[in-house]
Amino acid sequence: MVEWLTAEISSKYNYWVSILLMLIGFYAIIAKDNLIKKIIGLSIFQTAIFLFYISLGVVRKGTAPIVSEEMILKGYAYVNPLPHVLILTAIVVAVATTAVALSLIIRLYEEYGTIEETEIIGAIKRKEADQDRPAF
Amino acid sequence: MTSFVEHLPILIIAISLFSALTILVVGWFNNRSCIFIFWLTLLAQFIMSLFILNHVLAYGPIHYWLGGWKPPWGIELVVDSLNAYILIILLFLSLACAIYSKSNIEHELPGKRVSFYTLFQLLIAGLCGVTLTGDIFNMFVFIEIFSISAYALIAARGKIALKASFTYLILGSIGTCFFLLGIGFLYSITGSLNLHDLSILLPPFYDNKVVKAAFVFFIVGLSIKMALFPFHTWLPDAHAFAPAEISAMLSGIMIEISTYVFIRVSFSVFTLEFLKLLPVFDILCWVAVAAILMGSVMAITQVNLKRMLAYSSVANMGYIMLAVGLSLSAVESPWGGLNPALMHIANHALMKGCLFLAAGAFIYKANLWNITEFRGLAKKMPYTCAAFVIAAISMIGIPPSVGFVSKLYIIMASIEIKNYFFVAVLLISSLLNLAYFWRVIETMYMKHEEGGRSSHGSHGTSEEIPLGMLIPILLLSSLCIVMGIVWLGKVPIPVLDQVNLMFGLGKVP
Repeated sequence: MVEWLTAEISSKYNYWVSILLMLIGFYAIIAKDNLIKKIIGLSIFQTAIFLFYISLGVVRKGTAPIVSEEMILKGYAYVNPLPHVLILTAIVVAVATTAVALSLIIRLYEEYGTIEETEIIGAIKRKEADQDRPAF
Repeated sequence: MTSFVEHLPILIIAISLFSALTILVVGWFNNRSCIFIFWLTLLAQFIMSLFILNHVLAYGPIHYWLGGWKPPWGIELVVDSLNAYILIILLFLSLACAIYSKSNIEHELPGKRVSFYTLFQLLIAGLCGVTLTGDIFNMFVFIEIFSISAYALIAARGKIALKASFTYLILGSIGTCFFLLGIGFLYSITGSLNLHDLSILLPPFYDNKVVKAAFVFFIVGLSIKMALFPFHTWLPDAHAFAPAEISAMLSGIMIEISTYVFIRVSFSVFTLEFLKLLPVFDILCWVAVAAILMGSVMAITQVNLKRMLAYSSVANMGYIMLAVGLSLSAVESPWGGLNPALMHIANHALMKGCLFLAAGAFIYKANLWNITEFRGLAKKMPYTCAAFVIAAISMIGIPPSVGFVSKLYIIMASIEIKNYFFVAVLLISSLLNLAYFWRVIETMYMKHEEGGRSSHGSHGTSEEIPLGMLIPILLLSSLCIVMGIVWLGKVPIPVLDQVNLMFGLGKVP
C-alpha cells in the first residue's frame, strides 16, 4: 500500500501538487474573512490550474519545440507547446481578474474603512436599518 | 453576396472591440460623441446578425477560419441556426438597452459616460464572441472578457454595489476556472480544442473517467455562471445594484449566454449518446424545480423591486434548465427537443429586459427602490407603469403573452413524459409569480399617494420619463404580446427545428 502510494505520488507528483494547491486556494477563498486573502486564494487556485496545464505539455527528455528538419530526422522529442500558449492567455485573464478585484477592494476600503468581509456586511446592514431602505 | 456574409461573424466581434477602443479615445476629446459611436456599432452588428440568420437558414452553417488556419489547429468561428438565433436576441436587447442608456447614464453615473460605454461595448464583444466561436478555449477567453466587463459595470454605482460585484467576481472566477479545468481534461484525452473535432474524437472515450469528470466540471462551472439554484447567491445583489440597463443585460441575456454555452457543450461536444449514458439531465430537472420554487418564494419576501426581479430571474433560469432537462425525453413536434428552452431564452430576454428597464425608470424619476413607495405611481408615469404591467402579466403567464407560450410548451413537454409533478410545480410557480407581481401592480394602481390626492405641485401633471428611455420600454413590452402571438402562430419554429435536427433531438422527420 505504502509502496504503491509513494510510486503513485512520485510518478505524478506535479499533478498531486496541483490538486493540493487547488484545495489550499479553495480553502482560502471560503474560510478567510480578509478580502485580500480571498484574492490570494483565488490566485493560488488559478495557478494550480495553470500548473496542471503545463504538466500536460511535458514530454520526458523533450527539447524546446523549435522544430527543424534535422531534429525530425534524428528523432528528437519536443514538448507540446500548445498548453503553454493557452496558459499564457489564461495568465493574462487571471491578471485582469486580480486587477479588477484589487481595485474593487480599494474602493471598498475607501467606502467602509475596512477590508474584513463580516465588518463590511455589518456596515451595510446597519446602514440599511438606519434608512429603512437599501444603502445608497 | 454569399462570400460577403461569410466574413460577418468575425466582423461582428472585431467592430465591437474596435468600437470599444474608439469610444475610449474619442470620449477623451468629445464626451458626447461616444454614445453615437456606440449606437452605430450596435445597429451595424444587429443588421449583420439578421444577414447571418438569413444566410444560415438558406445555405447552412457558416465556417470562418481565423487567419486561414485549418480547423483542428486554428481557431474557427462556426455559426449555425442556434448561434444565429441567440445572436439576434443578444443584439436586439443590447440595442434597446443602448437607446435607454443615453438619458439614464447621466443620471445614474454622472461623469462616467466614457468608461461606461467602453465597458458596455466590451461586454457585448465578449457575449458575441462566446456566441459565435467554434473553439472551446476561445469560448473560455470570451467568457472571461464579458465577465470582467460585467464585474466592473456592476460596481459602477459604488457603495453596496462594490460588495455585490466582489462576491460575483469570486464566484464567477471559480466558475470559469472549473470550465478551464474541464477544457484541460478534454484536451489531455483528445489533444483537440475545436468543438466539432472534439465531438468526433470523444466517442471512444465515453467510458473514461476523465471525460465524465470533465463533463461534471463543465456543469458545475456553468451552473455558477448561470446562477442555477444552489449557486445563485451572487445573483440577487449583483443584478439589483447594477445600473438599470446593465441589470437588464445581465438578467436578460448574460445568464442565458451561459445556458447557451451549456447547451453547446453538452450537445455539440458530448453529443446525445454520452448524455444518455449518464442521468445528468434527470438530475438537472430536479435541481431546476428547486430553483423555480426557491426563486419564486424568495421573490415574494423581497421589498426592493430590483431584488425581487433578480430572484425572479433565478426562478426563470429554473424554467430554462427544466426545459433543457426535458429536451432528451420530449419528442412531440412543437414542444419537443430544445424548443421550449430556446423559446424561453428569447421570451425571458424580452420580459426581464422590459421589467428591469421600467424599474430603472422609477429610480430615474423619483429614486424609488422599494415596492411600498410606489403608491399612486400609475397616475404619474402612466406609460411606464402600463409597460411594466404588460411585462408582469407576461411573467405570470396570461395568454397571449410570451410567458404563457413558453410555460405552455414546458408543461406540454412534462405531460408528454408523464411527469405530473413538474406540471404541478409550474402551475404553483405561476401562482407565486402572480403573488409577487400583483403586490407591485396593486401598489401602483390601487393605492393613493400618502397625504391625499391634493399632493402639492405634482397634481395632475404627468411626470413621464424622457422619450429615449420610454421607447425601449414600450417596444419591449409590446413585443411581449406580439411575440406571444408570433410563437402561437408557430412562425419561428423552423429555426428551432433546425437546431433540433442538428443535435438529433425531437422527432426526426
